[in-house]
Order: sequence, then C-alpha cells, then structure tokens
Amino acid sequence: MTLSSRRSSTSSRATRIVGGFTLLGVVALLVLGLVVSPPDPIQGETVRLIYVHPASATMCYVGFGICALASIAYLWPRTRNMRWDRLAGASAEVGVAFCVACLVSGSIWGRYSWGVWWTWDARLTLTALLLVVFLGYLALRRTGGDPAGRAKRAAITALCCFIVVPIDHEATNWWVTLHQKDTLFRIGKAPLIQGWQLGTMLLSFVVFALLFTWMLLHRLSVEHMEARLEDEGYVWAVAERRAEGSAGDEAVLPAGGPRPGPVVTAVPAAGPPPLGTGTMSRTRREEGR
Amino acid sequence: MWRDALLVAGKDLRVEARSRVTTNQVAPYALVVLLLFGFAFNQDRYVLTHVGPGLFWIAVLLCALLAVQRSFSLESADGARDGLRLSGLDGGGIFLGKAMAIAAQLAVLEVILALGVVVLFGTRMADPLLLVVTCALATAGLAAAGTVYGVMAAGLRVRETLLPLLLLPVLAPVLLGATQAWLAAIGLATGSGWRWLTLLAAFAAIYLTLGVLAFGTLLEEA
Repeated sequence: MTLSSRRSSTSSRATRIVGGFTLLGVVALLVLGLVVSPPDPIQGETVRLIYVHPASATMCYVGFGICALASIAYLWPRTRNMRWDRLAGASAEVGVAFCVACLVSGSIWGRYSWGVWWTWDARLTLTALLLVVFLGYLALRRTGGDPAGRAKRAAITALCCFIVVPIDHEATNWWVTLHQKDTLFRIGKAPLIQGWQLGTMLLSFVVFALLFTWMLLHRLSVEHMEARLEDEGYVWAVAERRAEGSAGDEAVLPAGGPRPGPVVTAVPAAGPPPLGTGTMSRTRREEGR
Repeated sequence: MWRDALLVAGKDLRVEARSRVTTNQVAPYALVVLLLFGFAFNQDRYVLTHVGPGLFWIAVLLCALLAVQRSFSLESADGARDGLRLSGLDGGGIFLGKAMAIAAQLAVLEVILALGVVVLFGTRMADPLLLVVTCALATAGLAAAGTVYGVMAAGLRVRETLLPLLLLPVLAPVLLGATQAWLAAIGLATGSGWRWLTLLAAFAAIYLTLGVLAFGTLLEEA
C-alpha cells in the first residue's frame, strides 16, 4: 500500500453509523428534555440540567476508566502495544471534555439552586482535581521523545491520576456534602424520579454514551494519523526533496536528454502526502505540538 | 535495596551539603513566600493566625517542588543519569534514596517555616506530638510523590513547566490532610486531628509502593 492511498479523514463507516444514531438521539433528547418532560415543582426549569449533568459525569468516569484499563494493558508485557497507548490518550481527552461539561453544567445548576457558581464541597472539589490531574496527564503525553518511553511514562501517570475517580464517585457517601446523593442507582431503593423525567434521564445516558463513542472513534483516528506522521514523516520529507531536486534538474536541462541526478526511482512509492499541503506545513505542525 | 537507598541518599545529601543550594536559596525563598503571604493578607494578624497552617503547607509544597527539580537537575549534566542507570543499583533503592534525601531537606525547611509562621503570623504550636507525626507522614508523602513525578519529567525539555502541573494537584490530599490536622491541633477545626493522619499515611504508602515498583522503569525511560 502506498502512502498516498491511505485515507486522510478521521471519518469511517463506524463513525458515520454511530454519528447518525448520536444525531437522532440528540434530537430526541432535546425534544424530550425541553418539551415533553415537565418542570420540577421545586426546582422549576433548572431540573432539565439533570439530562446533561449526570450523563456527562458518567462519561467522564468512563473515559478515565478506559484510559486506566488501556494503560494497564500497555504496561502488561504480554499485551504491550502502542494501540493501547493511543486508546488511553484518546479516551482521556474525551473524558476531559465530558469532565468540563459536567463542571460547567453543575456550576450553572448550583448558581440557581445554591445561589453560588462554586462551593468548596467534597464532590465539586474532587471533580475539579480530577480535571487538573488529567490535564497534567495530557500535557505529559504531548512532550515528544521516544514513543515507547513516552507511552510508559503516560501509562504510569494515568494509573496515578485514576486514583481520584473512585474517591470522587464515593465523595457523597463518605463525606457530608452539599451535592445530592445518587438519584437513580440506590441500593435496594427505587429511583428518586419517575415518568418522563426518569425516561429522559435514562435516554441521556444512552445518547451521551453514543456521543462519547463517536468522539472516541474520531480521536483514535487522529492518534493513529499522528503516529503515522511520526513514523513516516521523514520518508515523505526525503521523497519530496528528491522529487523537487529532480524537477529542478529537469527544468534546466536542454531538451533531449536527462542528466545524472538524484535517484528518483529509489524513493518509495510516495505520492502527494495525505496530510497537510507539504513538508513545511507538517514540520510546522510538529513544532507547534 | 536499603543499602542502595542509603548510598543514593548519602550522595544527594553530600552534593547538597557542598553546593548549599537548600540553605542559601530554597530556605530564603521559603521565608520570602511567608512574607508575601503577609502582604497579601494585609498583615491582618487575626486572618494570618487562622490561615497560618494552610499557608505553611503551601510554602512547603512550593519548596518541595524546588527540591524535586533540584534533585533531578543534579543528574542531568555530564551524563550523571546514565551513570546512575549503569551503576547496577536497584531501582527501588535509588527511589528510596532520592526520596529520603528530599525528605531530609524538606524536614529542615519545615523547621524554618514553622518558626516563620509562629513568629510572623502568630500561629500557635499546640499538641507537638500530633504536629511532628503530621510533618513526618506528610513529608514522606511529598518526597515519595515528588520523586515519582520528578523522574517522569526529568528527561523532558519542558520539565520546569510540566512538573508543577503534574505534581501540585496530586499533592492536594497532603495539603488538605496536613492543614486540617494542624488546625485541629490548635483548636480551629472540629474533630480529632489524628483521623487526618490516615489520609496522609495512605498517600505516603501508595506513592512509596508505586515508586519502589515503577522507578526503575521510569529511570530507564528518563
């Protein structure tokens, strides 16, 4: 397979299928969440944030959980493969996005329910801590250097960062907090909400799971492309320089005969690179990372 | 492993004793931080007395950051890290040795900072036994976590900016537990201060175990 024949988009059949279902789900969630489900007698319209906030928090935990499991798989000598490292990076990044969504939606809800944007409650503080430790993890992933060494460092860091997740999840049970306890999954007890509210909230988990999967698939493709760029960028650059040298030589040649020049035939079958517009653009992108 | 640890700790402490960076630079920096806290809180004695324990531990955290950076920058020149890798010393031993050296420096800095908060902020030093045990456990946790993250960032070009981002959030439980224990000791927090020691001990145990297990691998990749 030549380099040019590989796809340069992060889209695939899987992302298109998952994306289609996600779009349908989002539309259904908007209709159910904003129109069909009734406002709460006490909380009023702000209760609609329950269709965003718990699902975001769950997907944030799922993202960091996948990151930790993939890191263990990378560190385990029998399963060591760079694909696990890429999965860990991609899932952590998507998890961070959902963690931000969780904090923002919670903050908006807190402003209307508690009267403040932020309070130093155990659950809130630990979630903020979770965000910054995983931002540190993502920063560590972007440090460059030998991919295997970087992957090992990142995997150990991911396991250190993941320690915060169970503590954050159990914060409302271990400490007296302002944040309410679990609404749906209460051991031996019925959920605290019923009817359309319960149905819409359950749908929000499904839709956010689809959205998470869609984002993860795209992010994984980007990770694979970046890895390819690191592996093959040098070959592309050499091929382009040789091709340019060859074209320049031909431009000054008198009509009729080639002259000895760079051995173009020795270059791998590399057409126009699928990423970027040329070697310079790739080089700049690498420097900016 | 313990023999290797003592060798490495002795090496790091000898370098510090000869270069006097901790005493000539980090200790004065710690006092500058305390003075700046005083300016920031408008020299309000009441506020400073009440937030003194928290400010003390923030100053310790900032000093720990410098101590960790210093501990690994020592070995970045002249291929010293390669020498350490090739020395045949046990990875866990190197970790414990470096952590012990950092802990010893932090202990000295904590004494200086404690004198600073007592004199400058008027913070009381009640229940000395609780304070000493708190300092011992917190220092063990700071040194262990600092050494783990220090070696992760050691070989990177961006280590100076990356290390605070990685390390400071991770050290938040130490800041919380140690501050609450001290506040309880001087009667400014409800409940017994001793229960916070569980958090500090668990933190130190987790990072000491992690460091002993993973340091060799991390040093290979640094």
